[in-house]
Amino acid sequence: MNDGVIAAAALEIRGLAKRFERPAVDGLDLVVPAGEFYMLLGPNGAGKTTTLRLVTGLLRPDRGTISVFGIDALADPIAARRIMAWVSDEPMIYDKLTPLEFLEFVAGLWGIAAVVARVRASDLLDRLGLAPHADERCERLSKGMRQKVALAAALVHEPRLIILDEPFTGLDAASSRVVKDVLRARVRAGCSVIMTTHILDVAERMADRIGVIAQGRLIANGTLDGLRAQAGSGDGSLEDVFLALVAQDGGR
Amino acid sequence: MARLFGVRMAGMTVTIMVMVLALAAPFIDLLVWLGGVRWLGAYAVAGGMAMASVAVAVGIVGVLFRLVGPRRTRAASQVLAALVGGAFAVAVQFAAMAGSGRAIMSRIEVTGLWLGDADSPWLWPARAATGEVGPLVAMLGASGGMLGLAILAMAPRFGRQVLAASEVTAAVPGPLRGPMRGRSRWRGASPAQALRRKEWTLLLRDPWLLSQTLMQLLYLLPVGYMLWLNFYRATGASAFLVPIMIVTAGQLGGGLAWLAVSAEDAPELIATAPVAGGTVLRAKTTAVLGGIGVIFGPFVLVLAALAPADGLAALGGVTAAAASATAIQYWFRTQVKRSLFRRRQTSSKVATIAEALSSTGWAATGALAAAPTWLALVPGALVLVILAGVWAISPGREARGI
Repeated sequence: MNDGVIAAAALEIRGLAKRFERPAVDGLDLVVPAGEFYMLLGPNGAGKTTTLRLVTGLLRPDRGTISVFGIDALADPIAARRIMAWVSDEPMIYDKLTPLEFLEFVAGLWGIAAVVARVRASDLLDRLGLAPHADERCERLSKGMRQKVALAAALVHEPRLIILDEPFTGLDAASSRVVKDVLRARVRAGCSVIMTTHILDVAERMADRIGVIAQGRLIANGTLDGLRAQAGSGDGSLEDVFLALVAQDGGR
Repeated sequence: MARLFGVRMAGMTVTIMVMVLALAAPFIDLLVWLGGVRWLGAYAVAGGMAMASVAVAVGIVGVLFRLVGPRRTRAASQVLAALVGGAFAVAVQFAAMAGSGRAIMSRIEVTGLWLGDADSPWLWPARAATGEVGPLVAMLGASGGMLGLAILAMAPRFGRQVLAASEVTAAVPGPLRGPMRGRSRWRGASPAQALRRKEWTLLLRDPWLLSQTLMQLLYLLPVGYMLWLNFYRATGASAFLVPIMIVTAGQLGGGLAWLAVSAEDAPELIATAPVAGGTVLRAKTTAVLGGIGVIFGPFVLVLAALAPADGLAALGGVTAAAASATAIQYWFRTQVKRSLFRRRQTSSKVATIAEALSSTGWAATGALAAAPTWLALVPGALVLVILAGVWAISPGREARGI
């Protein structure tokens, strides 16, 4: 299913399973090479968010292995978390802190020296267009701004793997563009990004490779051209490809 | 703008009237049933009081706006409102205790004597409530007049104040203002230090929580007064302070621990940070106990200087009560929003009761230890038994499969 040569894997998942009332993730195998922008797509309830929550340690798998840059994330979660960042669709920040304070607090959690944290935080707030709001308490910020603060906080400790779940929720066009630019710059700098989204245009334009997940299993994985070939949809858009792949899997 | 302000004031008045009448109606109806229709005047008095209180409140907010500015007015008015409400409840208890053994009615007579003779304007609301037409008209006139004056006086400033408040909300400081240029609050911080500082910063910046905490302290004043009346005046010993401090520390410790442990607004951030769960718990515990130490440290030191045995008993009791309350909060922790602080004591009745029993048990231990008597061991042992029982049935323990 995988195409291309896989170098050092940013994320390697083998036989991952998690069951709630029904299997949410069902023996998932997935390898994301380092330095890639990887999009995880799937219909609602396919198991995308559960997979990401298992990788970040927010959920404990029933079985399977998770390796982040060679670190066994289940055996040594602290070491794995040190090089990862998680951004959920609902920005979780402290209303009574300012964006700058929040970023410095997060940097403190990752043990970043205060001087370095200040420089990085200021730079990130500037890049994300939040510098004018750096001193305002987060309670006064719009949802889009809060989302950008959460993203900045995820980047302040310079993670090697950034995992984002629907990060464009609540962002206007300009903010989306800024976030995309920041993420692309991170990938160019060698960082790996794994992201879920329902906005297929974004996935089509940003992803190096795309994984399609359905019923807790990876049903397709590769570049857009690779997926087109697998779906047999010629030069169709990602939307066509995605719908064809999900339909094929549903017919099994 | 003046008309808009008038409409908003009227809306506030009606809201407060409805709230007051909803609370007072059963009592007024009983008075009407037992004492006759003249008591219907009480309804009018409740309405008049609502008008007067809105006028006074608007006046106070206007003054606060000028004194502390729009940014702090909201916080200051919340704290002030809590203190006024709490002080009223406390004052009633003080009055009740001061005249212990006497009937309520005789206390009203005493109050009447204090306020002046029966013609005193201070007693007009009471007379109006009984249906006396003169005082009723005067009271309604005065209340309406106050409200009208407040509208007239404040309306011209209303627009400016709304604008100032919205400017605070939408303030757009320059990119290099304030903390962007200043020193970091989290300088040299380890993860544990960062967590502690975060907890303290959030606590200090939440006026509602601050007012609730102050009210908890305020409500303990009558207890202290009662102990002073019955104990200190008789023996001259300062030991009566020991149980008060211990109960207060237990209550405050429970509240702070709930905020630190259950009311984490970014649980996923903490859970995905490279910090062990034990480190997080220890950091939050020390944040709570540190806060208790800052509040009670000076009191304990002064007490220790006056009476070393009392100071020692207070130190041990305050520490034990705060630590016990914190432990109970850990055992019964649930992840909720910080804004649900008001519902803290209804979320787990076992935790609430255990917290109260633990605080009062440690208070009894502290008081007896300050006496001093070996009997202090009895309530202390009882508290430990209670804590062990509560731990055994706690959901946290079950969830961990212990």
